[in-house]
Amino acid sequence: MSTLEILFFALSAFAVISAAMVLISKNPIHSVLWLILVFFAISGHYILLNAQFLAIVNIIVYAGAIMVLFLFVIMLMNVKSDNEPQKKLFTKFIGVLSGGSLLTLLIALVKQTVQLEGKEVMMKEGTIGLIHPLGKALFSDYVVPFEISSVLFLSAMVGAVIIGKK
Amino acid sequence: MPIQYYIFFCLTLFSIGVIGVLTRRNAIIVFMCVELMLNAVNLLLVAFSKMHHAAGLKIAAASTAGIDAQIFVFFIMVVAAAEVSVGLAIIVMMFRNTHSIDINFLNRLKN
Repeated sequence: MSTLEILFFALSAFAVISAAMVLISKNPIHSVLWLILVFFAISGHYILLNAQFLAIVNIIVYAGAIMVLFLFVIMLMNVKSDNEPQKKLFTKFIGVLSGGSLLTLLIALVKQTVQLEGKEVMMKEGTIGLIHPLGKALFSDYVVPFEISSVLFLSAMVGAVIIGKK
Repeated sequence: MPIQYYIFFCLTLFSIGVIGVLTRRNAIIVFMCVELMLNAVNLLLVAFSKMHHAAGLKIAAASTAGIDAQIFVFFIMVVAAAEVSVGLAIIVMMFRNTHSIDINFLNRLKN
């Protein structure tokens, strides 16, 4: 087993366990902290794929900004974990069953796909994930969507303020 | 690394997100599970982009095939940030009106 494979499986196991802990933990604050760990594991995957720009953006935007927002809202509401309403055990069982069947179905589907056989993902090489080619593409081919996204941010900001003021 | 490994890993993360949406009643946890599903899709997009890039390099040495997927991931992150700010504002407003973040309170939207 090469170092890359060991890193891949370690990061994957770490991400899956942390994602499961997001669901299992009763306290919402613990869930947020576990989700931050998932995002760090996914950033590690981006680094393995040599998508360095996305790895940094993932940490800054997701683990930094969005999760702090979640944590802030949870602490603002002061939700007690002991009086959190729980779904019925039967509903939970049905939920896990349907999620598990979705997973089984999709995995069986991917295993049967002939087109995906022998396709290799390029790891730790390739320059498309670096800032220079991405910035070039972003400000030449994708400059209009980039500018529109700034309008989207402005409207999201105004919307959040208006909803919050009511 | 074969692409199947990445697909299996991302499917697992996505299914965990689906199970979370189906089994939890806390609105914030449900929202976080949606974020988890979004991230699984992002990772799969980057993996496919690198697969495409490996194929493109065999045709031309200076190929930038696969760069579009990474730009898409960047835009998905942008939209997710905007979505979270509005969604959390809605959850805060719901909490102010009902003093609970139980999603079953949203039943009243039916009538």
